[in-house]
Amino acid sequence: MSKFSELTQWPDARGHYGAYGGRFVSETLSFALDDLSRTYESLKDDPDFQAEFDHDLAHYVGRPSPLYHARRWSAQLGGAQIWLKREDLNHTGAHKVNNTIGQALLAKKSGKPRVIAETGAGQHGVATATVAARLGLRCDVYMGEADTERQKLNVYRMRLLGANVIPVTSGTRTLKDAMNEALRDWVTNVDDTFYIIGTVAGPHPYPQLVRDFNAVVGREARRQSLEQFGKLPDALIACVGGGSNAMGLFYPFVEDDGVEMYGVEAGGDGVETGRHAAPLASGAPRGVLHGNRTYLMSDEGGQVSDTHSISAGLDYPGVGPEHALWKDVGRVNYVAANDDAVLEAFRELTHVEGIMPALESAHALAHAKVLAPTLSPDQNIVVNLSGRGDKDILTVAKIDGIDL
Amino acid sequence: MSRIDKRFRSLADQGRKALVPYITGGDPTPEVTVDYMHALVESGADIIELGVPFSDPMADGPVIQKACERALKHGTRLTDLLAMVAEFRRQDDDTPVVLMGYLNPIERLGIERFAREARAAGVDGVLVVDMPPEEADELGPLLEAEDLAPIFLVAPTTSPERAATICAHAHGYLYYVSLKGVTGSASLNADDVAAHLAPLRELTDLPLCVGFGIRDGASAAEVAKVADGVIVGSALVSRIAEHCDAPREAIAELKAVMTEIRQALDA
Repeated sequence: MSKFSELTQWPDARGHYGAYGGRFVSETLSFALDDLSRTYESLKDDPDFQAEFDHDLAHYVGRPSPLYHARRWSAQLGGAQIWLKREDLNHTGAHKVNNTIGQALLAKKSGKPRVIAETGAGQHGVATATVAARLGLRCDVYMGEADTERQKLNVYRMRLLGANVIPVTSGTRTLKDAMNEALRDWVTNVDDTFYIIGTVAGPHPYPQLVRDFNAVVGREARRQSLEQFGKLPDALIACVGGGSNAMGLFYPFVEDDGVEMYGVEAGGDGVETGRHAAPLASGAPRGVLHGNRTYLMSDEGGQVSDTHSISAGLDYPGVGPEHALWKDVGRVNYVAANDDAVLEAFRELTHVEGIMPALESAHALAHAKVLAPTLSPDQNIVVNLSGRGDKDILTVAKIDGIDL
Repeated sequence: MSRIDKRFRSLADQGRKALVPYITGGDPTPEVTVDYMHALVESGADIIELGVPFSDPMADGPVIQKACERALKHGTRLTDLLAMVAEFRRQDDDTPVVLMGYLNPIERLGIERFAREARAAGVDGVLVVDMPPEEADELGPLLEAEDLAPIFLVAPTTSPERAATICAHAHGYLYYVSLKGVTGSASLNADDVAAHLAPLRELTDLPLCVGFGIRDGASAAEVAKVADGVIVGSALVSRIAEHCDAPREAIAELKAVMTEIRQALDA
């Protein structure tokens, strides 16, 4: 019997995870969310729907993704064995596609001819544009103007896939503003538009369905751990912005009390500087944004704080509500990795293992560098390598003073 | 009887419709807000909706987004808005004031403290755009305990079952959102509004006010045929935006917009 069994009961009927989650939206969207909840409830245990989802994951995404033993890097760090869950090898290059495949199936069932999405690093936007192309749906992607500049390659990828990328110039011009604008679009075009949210945040039922669609990552990793090293891992590590790749890896292990979990937020210049995107690790207060109650970086007046991170995908002031609950009950340790440590981990994995990680995923790797030496060589850490780093080459080159 | 109820009672006695202007508190500077409020009353306002600036106004179009940004540039906080209402009350003890905004600033201040201080300042109602009745378990009763009317939105997409739930929680008046969209969107369809208001009359005796898409006397008069009041926001805020550098010069234009709508409603 696990001391965390009760964590599998959430969300409740109203989409709450303990004190978090819920559905804090303006009235116009309530019917669309009710509708989506009903559709998902009717399909989530339907064997035909599951079979279709599994088929797409196998034949379009290329699942299962390998669990790769990073032998050289493990030896170099001189502690636990590090195993990388290779979500970077998925079609489109990140875990994000697991969720967009699932939501695209829901969109198809809904009969709506248009999908919209918000994106930070562009991985969710690319994954959405990809499934939209495949299903012949119109696709508009909202992206903060600051992110369109630092993720130019993904902007062009989306356009090649036939999506319309709309730069968002309001607020801080990053992920949170893209989500505001996507919600405004949805409220206006709710009759013919399906909103594909990219993370385990937003109003109910999004945190639940994004979790469920990404949980394939943890189910595979659990099975592969037993097959490849004969036991469950001692620790799991994943980066956390909104928290979808972490939730996907962690959820199937939630009742395995012996498995420690580390969620790594964006420490930016350092949590102590205030220039970061680490609501959980920095002890941010509770708040309400984008339809859910969670921990949220905001000032004393309740205005949402500016965030800072080298990685556009983690540059978000809130976090999925289930992570907020898991912080409170102590199921996951939430820590932060600073930009400097992230870059170092990015370079190290590239050099030592020939795998170039996304800067988001490099946050998890940076914490693996901290944790591995404290464990012994017969212990095992599974790190979610949630995406590949091609999209970040321009960012890293710029830091190196190279103009490509 | 609350100021809101009293106002609707007296309007009903006179056979008139409520004119409810919205402005964002602190836009473009905190110093002018109370003067704007008095000007709105002088030019025909029955109730004032005062917007609480928020960094992420998800239900608002560009006009009110920019108003929030201007107000926040001067550091306008929820507590500043309460002070503005208290100052307004020194000269005007009759016109109801409703705070309209998003939940996070209220929760950050503390919901008990907010309810207590809002009442003390002379606030009459609170409309939290991102708090549907299902999520109002905590704040709703606190507001009622302080005689503050919780005001809720009803949308074209609201099902009859939800409308019944909303009516059970609402006080003061119902705010019917005339169209699918954000504030300041394209013009509304009056026939469509009429079709949606009729079933609401079956559910509640609360006055029905209509907002989103009302920009002038013609659209206001059209809606007033079937509603008890009209809410005008972006049409006023866009006038304020034109006079950011000399905020007092907006007063004459606010009054002109208001007077035109007032006359159309009373005609």
